[in-house]
Amino acid sequence: MNKIPNRAVMCEVLKEAAAKDRDVVVLCSDSRGSGSMTSFADTYPAQFVEVGIAEQNLVGIAAGMAACGKKPFAISPASFISTRSYEQCKVDCAYSDTNVKLVGISGGVSYGALGMSHHSAQDIAAMSAIPGMRVYLPSDRHQTRKLFEALLQDRQTAYIRLGRNPVEDVYTEDCVPFAMDKATVLAEGTEVLLVACGEMVRPMKDAADLLNREGISTGALDMYCVKPLDREGLLAAAKGKKLVVSIEEHSPFGGLGSMVAQVISANDPKRVITLALPDAPVITGTSKEVFQYYGLTGEGIAETVRNALKA
Amino acid sequence: MNALAVKAYDLRQDVLDIIVSGGGGHIGGDMSSMEIMLTLYSRMKVDPANPKDPDRDRFVLSKGHCVETLYAVLADRGFLDIEEVKAKFSRFGSEYIGHPHNTIPGIEMNSGSLGHGLSVCVGMALAARMDGKNYRVYTLMGDGELAEGSVWEGATSAGHYRLDNLCAIIDRNHLQISGTTEEVMAPGCLRERLEATGWHVIEVADGNDVDQLNAAFDEAENTKGMPTCIIANTVKGKGSALMENKAGWHHHLPNAEEYAQIKADLAARKEALLHE
Repeated sequence: MNKIPNRAVMCEVLKEAAAKDRDVVVLCSDSRGSGSMTSFADTYPAQFVEVGIAEQNLVGIAAGMAACGKKPFAISPASFISTRSYEQCKVDCAYSDTNVKLVGISGGVSYGALGMSHHSAQDIAAMSAIPGMRVYLPSDRHQTRKLFEALLQDRQTAYIRLGRNPVEDVYTEDCVPFAMDKATVLAEGTEVLLVACGEMVRPMKDAADLLNREGISTGALDMYCVKPLDREGLLAAAKGKKLVVSIEEHSPFGGLGSMVAQVISANDPKRVITLALPDAPVITGTSKEVFQYYGLTGEGIAETVRNALKA
Repeated sequence: MNALAVKAYDLRQDVLDIIVSGGGGHIGGDMSSMEIMLTLYSRMKVDPANPKDPDRDRFVLSKGHCVETLYAVLADRGFLDIEEVKAKFSRFGSEYIGHPHNTIPGIEMNSGSLGHGLSVCVGMALAARMDGKNYRVYTLMGDGELAEGSVWEGATSAGHYRLDNLCAIIDRNHLQISGTTEEVMAPGCLRERLEATGWHVIEVADGNDVDQLNAAFDEAENTKGMPTCIIANTVKGKGSALMENKAGWHHHLPNAEEYAQIKADLAARKEALLHE
């Protein structure tokens, strides 16, 4: 079992970049510990800005720095940066076209028993609705590295959601197929297509393995780029399938499932099932317990597919 | 007579024309903030031939609804063609919209939603410090805007980081759309609130007086180790008795008769200044 959370990998990549480029700066809102950014702050104090518990200010300051040529990464819990600072993300980052990378840490239900105030099950919907805002949910530590290396090269704002806990690897160190804004094909199949993002990619992969072993030919797509959604990749993978199932750690509204359904229904109509968190405060528990309860596991996803094919 | 003080009345006429041409604008605050923006732009290191010069001074109009005055001042400074602004303002497909947009030369950031400018300027001032550059950063806020909590997040961080390259100006005209600032949401003692978070505060008795404003900007530049806030006591709707100190003129479109009256009043004020 992997012990390295994606946020720790982000810190490593940003430290490597900061060593070479003094315009790379990190801003936190009393969140350097939860963001795994303490070692960045200690190593590059001149490229680190502490903003205190003030997420609107965090994003506004980051935008001002970007407007002056800096390459800021504003790092704060996903629940707060995506909604408390929503207007700054919209006006100061996207609308003003500033190169701010907004990183939502402890995304989804990572904070478990801390409750709905600390869960971000709306961030994909909220951020995706902003013109000019890109939305990325990397699946594992290897893809997180590739994604942050790519984001360091571009000059447009983006929102990146990372989970709190280490997640099982999807890829291996020497095999991380990655192309910016292109979904990664994890499994090919002829009957069913699974599509997931973020922490749901690993259970999706497990489900695809289960189903393929049972003789249900199942493809799997890692749609880490929720916006811009890889429409061509999705349509190519969905071609000829009977059923498409999307899986996400998010509200059932306005997230990956909504976007997948939109593209499929307009271009290649077929049955689409959206697996997501409920439209309610989630049950108290660790991420693992919550996913188990709502069927967001390899077995749960596989069971949804089996039932759908029976119906 | 200070030539800028006279020019302020010419530019008020431009603002009036922009608003009437476009069918609406925030005339009250435009008029109160005219001398603030005009004086500031007469001092700022900006160059219309090189609007993206990395060493330029930065201005963010946090009270973005007063963009008509910014257009008039930027045009006067050589960034824009005032006749083009008048012809296009708020028209279908126009780039000259009712709030600042940074695709227009000379405009740094998009604003309109209140309470954003100060935080953005804190970021700009921090960037200048990190890069060892000596450009200065300015923002203009309204007094009604001070009810936004984000203003105070920005203020606290500017004081915390002792940003002496940052100067905030408050257009203290005491009026907002629903009435006086004291009735709607009293901001309390601004000097005390700002000083408590590490600001140097300058109160300008007449914020429509170019000389008083210049003295305040000089003092701000010479203040080290802390950010400066200039509280400029202005008159909303300044320039014509028809609109002065009237909350209803926050966003009032003058009719033909009112237009003629304001135009005559602006000309008379200018004439009086010339003979002072």
